[in-house]
Amino acid sequence: MFAHEVLRMKFWDSLLGRTTPPRADLDALFAVPQAGLSLQAQGFVATGQGAVCYRTAEGGAFAGTESQIEQLIATSGSTIEKIDDSYGFRWMSVHQQIADLSGLVTDLHAANTSLADAGFDQALLCSTIGFTSPEGHPLALVYLFKRGTFYPFVPADGSAGSQNRDNALELQVRGIVDEDITVESDLSRWLAIWGAPGL
Amino acid sequence: MARTRFRSDRGLTLRMGGVGFGLGLLYVAFGVFLIQGVGLGALGLVIVLAMAWGQWYFSDTLALRSMAAKEVSAAQAPELHAMIDRLCALADMPKPRVAVSVTDMPNAFATGRSPKHSAVCVTTGILQRLDADELEGVLAHELSHVANRDVTVMTVASSLGLLAGFITRWGMYAGGSMGGRNRNGGAAFLVVFVVSMVVYAISFVLTRSLSRYRELSADRSGAYLTGRPSKLSSALVKISGDMARIPNSDLREGQAISAFFFAAAVNRESVSALFSTHPPLQQRLDQLADVSAELSEPV
Repeated sequence: MFAHEVLRMKFWDSLLGRTTPPRADLDALFAVPQAGLSLQAQGFVATGQGAVCYRTAEGGAFAGTESQIEQLIATSGSTIEKIDDSYGFRWMSVHQQIADLSGLVTDLHAANTSLADAGFDQALLCSTIGFTSPEGHPLALVYLFKRGTFYPFVPADGSAGSQNRDNALELQVRGIVDEDITVESDLSRWLAIWGAPGL
Repeated sequence: MARTRFRSDRGLTLRMGGVGFGLGLLYVAFGVFLIQGVGLGALGLVIVLAMAWGQWYFSDTLALRSMAAKEVSAAQAPELHAMIDRLCALADMPKPRVAVSVTDMPNAFATGRSPKHSAVCVTTGILQRLDADELEGVLAHELSHVANRDVTVMTVASSLGLLAGFITRWGMYAGGSMGGRNRNGGAAFLVVFVVSMVVYAISFVLTRSLSRYRELSADRSGAYLTGRPSKLSSALVKISGDMARIPNSDLREGQAISAFFFAAAVNRESVSALFSTHPPLQQRLDQLADVSAELSEPV
């Protein structure tokens, strides 16, 4: 579509008050294994844990989709854990016995596409892939579905309650993975995800 | 590409388009009448458009100041900020400024000329009355106002009505001085006066109905954003119930910017549905029930 067409559509949409919700970009996740290699070269280790964070919608259709996803991922041999956080979002956390990034990404992608196919792609917030820094700090590569971009999230050491981020390490990780994945350029969109599973 | 469950209401879109078209037609006719017919109004036009532009450009600052709202940082209101952070990430929109107004009137409003220059304000009254899920529904409704650019649309929609009202109010003095020098001037001015009054009246009714449609539309997208229309319904019921019980002296404070409030701040029974800035509660609840049914439809 041409830029002026998009602009014209946006104009009519705001005039008629029917802002269409943004669509989630699901396929960018497949670039993660490449970024994982770059991180491993710098001493970071994949933990074999990843998660999808989404908004649960009311009604039976959503619950049905959710149980389908669980069955689907269970066939790959990974274990699943569902955690509700205090903001009303649900984390579907996937653990692998042996860390394998491309397998993990496939699992997460299966969860995302199932939700999107059921018409709930608007409910997808983010996906996380767990790593451990060379010093042993847990960190996550976070994928923002609506932006189609990644950013690193590193809780500062020993600050379970204080909610401080290790910005230096986050920026260091950005430098490492910059060429493999699209890193979110607007730093204000680097959403803090306190209490995410695996961190 | 996977389909989305989000559906815009065709009827609502059509009605909104109809009202917009009617307003546009009215304004063009009025503009042509003022300029061609009487050669007057150029100055008034400039003044009123400048006023409307100022109102639009400074809408966030003005609205926050008139509600005595204070911007709060993430450290001061971590939960409110985190909630808005997540909704913005879901809706892929820049985060607005967050403000809190210390008043017992339970309400929330969004304002600002563009999503990048916007602010969302909640009152301490609403924070006390709603639980987290309900508050989130209200915030999603307000963020939808921002995404729909409602401040811009409503400013444009009401700007020439403002001019007509301006002429109706102040034209008498100008007309009086003109009539002293020129016999025809007086008669001509009477025509302008009457036409302005009619334009003002029609545009008033049309802008109000536009405002009601925008509310319904914000309810709808807000409900789809959180996936929990019934939480928004319960917030609406809670707040509307509370609004009726609060004394009038409090309600009058909010009248000027009532158009962007979550629930109508003016609750007098004498105000008929035609002049109301907000749709009746039952209509909003019915629409949310429809959204809820759409969400639970099997794949």
